[in-house]
Amino acid sequence: MREVAVVAFAQTRHSATDEGQSDSELVMPPLEEVREQTGLRTFGFTCSGSCDYLAGTPFSFVSALDALGAWPPISESHVEMDAAWALYEAWVRLQHGDVDSALVYGFGKSSPGDLREIMTLQLDPYYLAPLGLDQVSAAALQASAAGAGRAELDEIVRRSRAAGRVNPYALDLPDPDGEAFEVEPLRPYDIAPITDGAAAVVLAAGDLARELCEHPAWITGIAHRIEPHYPGMRDLARSASAAEAARAAGVDKGHVDVAELHAQFSHEEVILRRALALPETTAVNPSGGPLAANPVMATGLIRIGEAARRILDGTASRTVGHASSGPCLQHNLVTVMEA
Amino acid sequence: MGNPCAVIGIGQTHYTTRRRDVSIAGLVREAALRALQDADLTWKDIDAVVIGKAPDLFEGVMMPEAYLADALGAAGKPMMRVHTAGSVGGSTALVGASLIQGGVHDRVLVVAFEKQSESNATWALSTHLPFSASLVVGAGGYFAPHIREYLRRSGAPAHIGHLVAVKDRRNALKNPYAHLRIPGIDQKMVESTPMLWEPIRYLDTCPSSDGACAMVLSAGDKVTGSTPAWVLGTAMRSEPIFRAGRDTVNPQGGKDCAADVYRQAGITDPRREIDVAEVYVPFSWYEPMWLENLGFAAEGEGWKLTESGATALDGDIPWNASGGVLSSNPIGASGLIRFAEAALQVRGMAGEHQVDGARRALGHAYGGGAQFFAMWMVGSDRP
Repeated sequence: MREVAVVAFAQTRHSATDEGQSDSELVMPPLEEVREQTGLRTFGFTCSGSCDYLAGTPFSFVSALDALGAWPPISESHVEMDAAWALYEAWVRLQHGDVDSALVYGFGKSSPGDLREIMTLQLDPYYLAPLGLDQVSAAALQASAAGAGRAELDEIVRRSRAAGRVNPYALDLPDPDGEAFEVEPLRPYDIAPITDGAAAVVLAAGDLARELCEHPAWITGIAHRIEPHYPGMRDLARSASAAEAARAAGVDKGHVDVAELHAQFSHEEVILRRALALPETTAVNPSGGPLAANPVMATGLIRIGEAARRILDGTASRTVGHASSGPCLQHNLVTVMEA
Repeated sequence: MGNPCAVIGIGQTHYTTRRRDVSIAGLVREAALRALQDADLTWKDIDAVVIGKAPDLFEGVMMPEAYLADALGAAGKPMMRVHTAGSVGGSTALVGASLIQGGVHDRVLVVAFEKQSESNATWALSTHLPFSASLVVGAGGYFAPHIREYLRRSGAPAHIGHLVAVKDRRNALKNPYAHLRIPGIDQKMVESTPMLWEPIRYLDTCPSSDGACAMVLSAGDKVTGSTPAWVLGTAMRSEPIFRAGRDTVNPQGGKDCAADVYRQAGITDPRREIDVAEVYVPFSWYEPMWLENLGFAAEGEGWKLTESGATALDGDIPWNASGGVLSSNPIGASGLIRFAEAALQVRGMAGEHQVDGARRALGHAYGGGAQFFAMWMVGSDRP
């Protein structure tokens, strides 16, 4: 595989409420920031991730392209997925050897809609969606199956929110405090907050990466796997796809200093830690993770960006960024980065 | 351009107004199974699945790749979902090809679909309501002014569009998968249909179809099945929709994308060196417009090629021998169908609409406000 690294990462100061910015307005500052960080104004390939159902309108990526400034015309693509998969597509594109740089960005505003209801439309349209099984209820089924203890979940939330409070980009959320169940066994604070935001990453290959920054975060492994859709066809207490993606990406080939996990519910961190076989010594979600800020469609890319940042700033030598998609951790992407 | 990549399997469903007998999952699986059969492979031989479709609002399923993972044998494998507006079918093939050219996988299944009967596409395309009034209705309303501008610039006579409508529908009669099959179609019939968006008449436009198309792509050393189609060049280009000064009649993105593909495939004179082209023509007038944009004719001259019969099945550069988007339009799949039909031609497997001796074929798709482009060149000879 060709050497490819994350050389720049930027994100918005995420918001829990609609601050009146359009998707394009959200995207512009992080795009400009990664251009400044790298000094690059043009890129060999560009790929974005977003989802029309958040905006409630088709082609929501078209206006983001206008914000990007695609003139003269650029080599560009879009995944209707979390932008972590846009990063994957860009990484694949860089493997050809004919282009050396790629710009990746993702954005999403979940504040204008009802995310729980919207995510219900991800379910099988003939049998599951009509039941109205919403995202949180599906997650609660998984939480029950995982059987994580309340103390462990509370500790995950406390740690995530504390980390989020010192992360200038995440939300300022109080410590969990005795709330009633949202859907048993999940309490409101076990659920990632509604968040608007965007993020951008620059990938570069070989010598260009070395030129662009002092400590490129080399992608030494990246892989993803999907599982059957029906919750009944999976062992919800485990994440077979996360474990297999982690194996394929080579997570176990060295010590992981930092892992940023796309856990949108506190119990998902428990399942993912186990699937990735992360030891106690790995710092999990030092950014606060999705429980401190969850701009849907950018959250997974932010996990990769946050994990890369630790290498870019020289504070870690081997990190993992994880992204998830689909109900109950159906689809998982794992990226290993090294100094 | 990376590792050699070949098309070794192609599967299509019959395109039709309503497929009530299958679910969305059943529809995509039907195309995928046919592609696997063509490649002489089974699900276990596939390393990854790439799926494409137009907006989720078309069927009302958010991120349907999650639900379709089982139907496409993707469980335990990587699966990705591409969405680049109308060009998505083409982009889906290109992402699949990338996975092979980049050396990541040996065999990739690409699938694109639309089951428009499960929704209301015009509603799904009516953007930005109720906050700002839409000045256009549907895609035809958006593209008609660009066509009028083409007519003004080129001085093309009014009947050219109808010639394309007739030609493509006649070709469709030779394609067993085509949706619109209109025996006895002629210019008079097209002219007798209602004007929808001046100058586009009812029969100058594409239908709304249910359907799916699938392809198995393979690394050069893993080829199975009968004759492969080799990928000779691939490119995507995008430009902003609202850039002032953008030429929507002859977009720069389309020109650049074609130039990139021709460069990779070693084409210097597309009209002479390309044997057959499957080009995204959802409104008949887009044939002369794209003839110019893709370098088959000089600016203002595309309509003359159409009028001369050069693009007919027996002409020197047949365009849309399959009947094209004008005959079958499951939107998200339409681009992939163009790419697949180009491959069928160079494999010599296009049946009644086969162009004799086709060795090099262009597959083309466009989308958004004529701002997203995806193209590939395939050939019968290994590069």
